[in-house]
Amino acid sequence: MIVARRKPLAEIEAVVQDCTQVLVVGCGSCMAVCQAGGEKEVEILARQLRMRARLASRCQIVDEITLPRQCDPEFLRPLAALVDRYQALVSMACGAGVQLLAEQFAHRPVFPALDTLFLGVNEGPGTWGQRCLACGQCILHLTAGICPKTLCAKGLLNGPCGGTKHGKCEVNAEKTCAWAAIYNRLEKWGRLELIGRIWPPADWSVVDTPARHGTSLAEESAP
Amino acid sequence: MAPAFRDVCRQKSFIVTAEMGPPKGTDTSRLREIVHQIGSSVDAINVTDNQSAVMKVSSLAICRLILEAGGEPILQLTCRDRNRLALQSDLLAAWVLGIRNVLCLTGDHVRIGDHPQAKPVFDLDSVQLLQVVANLNQGRDLAGNALEGATDFFPGAVVTPGADPLGPQILKFRKKIAAGARFFQTQAIFDVDQLKSFLDRAQPNGVTILAGIVLLVSPRMGQFLNEKIPGVYVPERLIERLAEVPKEKRLAEGIRIAAELIRAIRDTGICQGVHIMAIGREEKVPEILRLAE
Ligand code: SF4
Repeated sequence: MIVARRKPLAEIEAVVQDCTQVLVVGCGSCMAVCQAGGEKEVEILARQLRMRARLASRCQIVDEITLPRQCDPEFLRPLAALVDRYQALVSMACGAGVQLLAEQFAHRPVFPALDTLFLGVNEGPGTWGQRCLACGQCILHLTAGICPKTLCAKGLLNGPCGGTKHGKCEVNAEKTCAWAAIYNRLEKWGRLELIGRIWPPADWSVVDTPARHGTSLAEESAP
Repeated sequence: MAPAFRDVCRQKSFIVTAEMGPPKGTDTSRLREIVHQIGSSVDAINVTDNQSAVMKVSSLAICRLILEAGGEPILQLTCRDRNRLALQSDLLAAWVLGIRNVLCLTGDHVRIGDHPQAKPVFDLDSVQLLQVVANLNQGRDLAGNALEGATDFFPGAVVTPGADPLGPQILKFRKKIAAGARFFQTQAIFDVDQLKSFLDRAQPNGVTILAGIVLLVSPRMGQFLNEKIPGVYVPERLIERLAEVPKEKRLAEGIRIAAELIRAIRDTGICQGVHIMAIGREEKVPEILRLAE
């Protein structure tokens, strides 16, 4: 899933302070799961904004709504009847959700309340870790299910750099060196030959930004 | 003009290279002085490439200055700061400027350097960079396009015989040989047996191995290397030796230690030579070598 972190209150407050009516829009999917922008977090942010407005003697109405997700126009439809009541929307979705919201309601400013971090997994209560770079060329079948592009700080494809120290990474001594982990697991499996060949340089053209994917695209680009 | 390093590796019985870092800024006076002092006692001089991710004058420019001073430079080239276009373009530039040797490295991460906010590149890794050199030597770029005039570089790489874990290091070492590395300069060695057991296990054939020798100048430096530098192991007895002599004699003691290591490597013949890293004390290289005789 996508993992994000809420921006500091002062930063969000600064962008909305001139708006008298604000709608905080949550996302019930990834953002709810990573505890950054689900119903609960929407409630907290709205309450904080109201309190700050009161403390600063500003007249500001802050309302809340949480959609099942913000990355699909289908789920944004219920907002259509509401948005005109507000001067600004504060989105608690990932960067993709914020943009779709801004695209669908282009006559209203949409502000992000989160910083989107990565594609990752839950590693324990309140902790998430990155796992995927969305590189468009998955090689996990060769690397014992451990992604060196993501988990090696240098994204190396042909084995460790000289910085491995007792199996930890040179960039962050708390983190396991991805290549030590890949090697260990493959050694246990007796499958070291999987990483024995030299891998060619990655083809970054497959993830040209902005990337798109879908069955309708072929028709669209047909002459 | 110094003989080509490639020929030295083929013909000489004991090879010596030394490393120096470019200045941070435009003052090249110390550098010129050092090249003058050590040029004739070593077979080639490595010039580091923004080592430890600290921004300096480019290795390319300094290599050219060494060449003009009659020395034989080894261009260190890392994958940290350039994508595949820039790497190839710099390699062609180096060849055009007369540089014949290149040491291919991944490079330290920008986060540990003096511009930690920088975007690290790592479009290629050291193995792929060696392949690029092999391609350019064949008159082709990485995309397969023909070049108007090929290079003929003598490519090298690095290896850490004391890496922990060692298995992945050996895997990469073998890939580097397969990708065309002809010489290796190792991470600092303080224990000849450690190097020997690495070479016994890795079995490199047909490549020149130069053991890394770092000049120790204080017991603190020994501890620092043990704690901070991956794959470097300074035995306690060497740290004690340095601690036992008065401060003003420590440099001399460090020079003796380096000389003893070089002698041990030469006398046992476990590899073809040494690569001296006398960080900040490069002018001491001739003295180390004299003592090692
Ligand atoms: S220490 Fe390991 S994970 Fe860290 S950059 Fe080097 S190879 Fe990658």
